[in-house]
Amino acid sequence: MSEKTATGQPVPAAPDKAAAPEPPAPTLLRDILSGSWMVSVLSIFVGLLAGAVLIAAADTNVQSTLGYFFSRPTDLLVSVWQTVSEAYLALFRGAVFDWEAQSFVRAVRPFTESLVASTPLILAGLGIALGFRSGLFNIGGQGQVILGAIFAGFIGYWLTLPLGLHMLLAIAAGIVGGAIWGGIAGALKARTGANEVIVTIMLNSIAGYLIAYLLKQEWFRQTGSANPQSRVVDESAALFPLLPEPFRLNAGFLVAVVATVLVWWLLERSTLGFEFRAVGENPHAARTAGISVGRVTLVAMMVAGALAGLAGAAQVLGTEQKLTMGIGGSLGFDAITVALLGRSRPVGTFLAGLLFGAFKAGGYTMQAQTGTPIDIILVVQSVIVLLIAAPPLVRAIFRLPAPVGKGAR
Amino acid sequence: MSSANAARARRCVYEVVLGLIESEKPVKRKHLASATALMAAGALALSACGEAPEESGGGGEGGEGTDYLGCIVSDAGGWDDKSFNQSAAEGLEMAVEELGIDEARAESQSDSDFSPNVDSMVGQGCNMTMGVGFLLEDSIQQAAEANPDLHFGLIDSTFSDADGESTELENGKPIIFNTAEASFLAGYLAAGMSETGTVATFGGIQIPSVTIFMDGFADGVDEYNADNDEDVSLLGWDKESQEGSFSGDFDNQSQGQALTEQFISQDADIIMPVAGPVGLGAASAAQDEEGTKIIWVDSDGYESTDYGDIILTSVMKEISNAVKDTIAEDVNGNFSAEPYVGTLENEGVGLAPYHDFEGEVPEELDSKVQELREQIISGELTVESPSSP
Repeated sequence: MSEKTATGQPVPAAPDKAAAPEPPAPTLLRDILSGSWMVSVLSIFVGLLAGAVLIAAADTNVQSTLGYFFSRPTDLLVSVWQTVSEAYLALFRGAVFDWEAQSFVRAVRPFTESLVASTPLILAGLGIALGFRSGLFNIGGQGQVILGAIFAGFIGYWLTLPLGLHMLLAIAAGIVGGAIWGGIAGALKARTGANEVIVTIMLNSIAGYLIAYLLKQEWFRQTGSANPQSRVVDESAALFPLLPEPFRLNAGFLVAVVATVLVWWLLERSTLGFEFRAVGENPHAARTAGISVGRVTLVAMMVAGALAGLAGAAQVLGTEQKLTMGIGGSLGFDAITVALLGRSRPVGTFLAGLLFGAFKAGGYTMQAQTGTPIDIILVVQSVIVLLIAAPPLVRAIFRLPAPVGKGAR
Repeated sequence: MSSANAARARRCVYEVVLGLIESEKPVKRKHLASATALMAAGALALSACGEAPEESGGGGEGGEGTDYLGCIVSDAGGWDDKSFNQSAAEGLEMAVEELGIDEARAESQSDSDFSPNVDSMVGQGCNMTMGVGFLLEDSIQQAAEANPDLHFGLIDSTFSDADGESTELENGKPIIFNTAEASFLAGYLAAGMSETGTVATFGGIQIPSVTIFMDGFADGVDEYNADNDEDVSLLGWDKESQEGSFSGDFDNQSQGQALTEQFISQDADIIMPVAGPVGLGAASAAQDEEGTKIIWVDSDGYESTDYGDIILTSVMKEISNAVKDTIAEDVNGNFSAEPYVGTLENEGVGLAPYHDFEGEVPEELDSKVQELREQIISGELTVESPSSP
C-alpha cells in the first residue's frame, strides 16, 4: 500500500485489487480512472437532468403555475416541459445545427463554433490528462495557458516575419511558455518534493498578476490606448481560418487533432510515455525498475505545460487575436473537468473537449434566446464531473453492478 | 388575501398533509423518510394552493405594438455587479417598460464569450445590441461592420482601428462619460470637508474609465488648495505620473478593505473607491473608523448600498438613462452614431445629494461647489484628463 496518501499524492494502491471483493480504499485518481464508459454516459444524463430541474425552477412561468399546482396541475407540467425543452433545444441549436436560422451559413455555423470552443479545452485537457497519467495533479493549467498566450501573443505582434514561419514561431513560443511554467512546478517537485498541487495553484496566481502587469506596460501592449489589451497579432502569425469569413474555425482545431494523436502515441507507444505511466502507476516500482522518477516528473510537467501553453497560443493566435487579462478565462480549470470526463485518455479527452465545447457554444444561444441563466451550463458540467469522480454513486443511482476483477487498465 | 381565500388555502394544506399521512400508513417506512416527505409536502402545499387563473386570452407576453428587440451583452462582471453592467441592464429594463419593446440579455463569463454572445444577438435579429465595457469594443465593432443594417452601442469606450486610433462607425454609437467633471466637484467637496487634511482615492484596474474619476478628484483637491491657500493632500493617485493605488480587480472586497485601512492609518478621512463592488470593502473599513467618510461612484451609494450613513456624496454616472435614451431614439427612428458624452451639462454625470450630511456641509462650501458646477457647464472652467473622451 502507499505510504504517501496523506499528502494527497496519487500513489496507486497495491495491484492486488482484483482479488478483493471491494476495492481496498483505492486512491482518488485510481478510482476516477477505473470507471467504465457507461458511468460517463450516465453522468452526462444525470447532469442534464439536474440542469432541467434548475432551468424549470428558475423560470418565472413555472414559478407562477406552481402557485396553483393543486387546482390545475397540468399547467405546471406543461410549462415545465415547454421551458426545459425550449432551453435544451436552443442549446442543441447553438451547438450543432440551427434549423431556425435565417440563412444556411448561420444554420451550420453552430457546429463550427462548438469546434472553436472545444479547441483550447482539448489542448489544455490533454495537458491535464497527461499529468494524471503520470501521477501528477496538475492544477496549474490556468497559469500555463496564460504563459503560453503571453509568449505566443507577444511573438505574434512584436516580430515581423514572413507568413508561415511567423505562425510556427509564435506557436513554438506558446509551447515554450507553457513548458517553462509547468517545468517550474515539475522541477520543484523533483528536486524538493514540493507538492505539485500547491505549487501549480500558486503559479496560477503569479501568471494572472504577471499578465496584468505586462498589459500595463506600453512596450508590451504596443498600442496607443491605455486600456489593458495588446495589439492585434499580425496576420502572418495568426492561425489561418479553415472556412471563409463569418466562420471562426481556424487551424487551431487541426493543432488540437494533431496534438491528440501525438499524445496518444507518446503515452501508448513511446518509451517516455511508458515511463510516465510507470511512474503514475507506482513510483516505487518504477524507481526499482531503474526509471528516474525525478526526471520523469520534470519532463511530464513540462509536456503537460507545453500542451496547456499550446491552448493559450491557440486562443491568442486563433480566436481572440490579442492579449487581454481574461485571455485564459477559466480554461485551466475547465480542462481538469475535460480530462476527468475523458478518463485521462487522449481520445476520451478529445471527445470530452468536444462535448464541453458544444455546451459552451450552445450556452450562448440558450442564454440569448430563452433567457436561461448561463450558470446552468456550469451546474450541468459540475454534476457530470462530480458523478464521474464518484462512480459508486452513479452505480447506486442506476443499480449497476460494481465492476469485478478489473483494475485500472 | 381575503379571509375566504385564506381559509381555502388552509383547507388545502390540511388535505394534502392528511392525504400524505394516509398514504404513508400501509407501508411503514423509515421515520426519517416520512418526516422529510411531510415537510416537503407542507412546504409545497403552502405555496401550491393558489387558485388557477382564468383560462382565457393566449398570454400575450408584453411587447405589443412594436417588434423591436433591444439586446445587451455584459462583460465578465455580470448583471449584479452594483456597477456599470447592472446600470446598463436597468436602462434596458426601463426601455422595455416604457416603450414596450422586447429584450434579450447575455452575460459573459470570460473574454472569449464576448464575440459569440454578440453574434448570437445578431443571429436573433436584435435591432440594437449594446456591449458593456471597453473589452467588448472589438466584438461590437466587428459585428457592426458585418451587419450594416443593424444598430449597435458600446458603453464606456469609443471605437478604434487596428492601430488604436479612434474611428467612427455608421451604425455604432459609443456611450461615454466625462466623469472627471463630476469627480472634480467631489474632490473639491472632499478637500473642504476633510478634518485631517488628507483625502484618498483608489481604483479597481488602471483603465481610462476608472482613472478619469481619479484625475478629476485630484484636480478638485488642487483647486480647493489654490482657492483657500490650504494644503489638503491626496493619497492613492498622482495625476502627473498617472500612478496610484489599485485593488487589482472589480471583485475582491477584502483588497478594498485592506487598501482603505492603509489610507486611514495614513490619516485620510474621506475616501473615494472607484472599483465597483470593491468599494463595499472600503466602506466597511471606513465604518470601523469613527469620522471616516466614503464618496461612492457610478450610482447614488446612499440608495444602492447599506452604507448610506457614511456616504458623503456620490459621483454619479447615468448609464441607465443613456442606455434607455439611445434605445428610445432608435425605436423612434432617430438613431445617430454620434457619440453620447455624459457631462454635467446634459446631466449624464453629476454629484448626488449629501443626504445624511446635508446639515454638515458648510453653506459656503456647498455654494462654491455649485458655483464651480455652473462654471464647468458654461465652459468657463474645463476639467482635463488624459482619459477624457
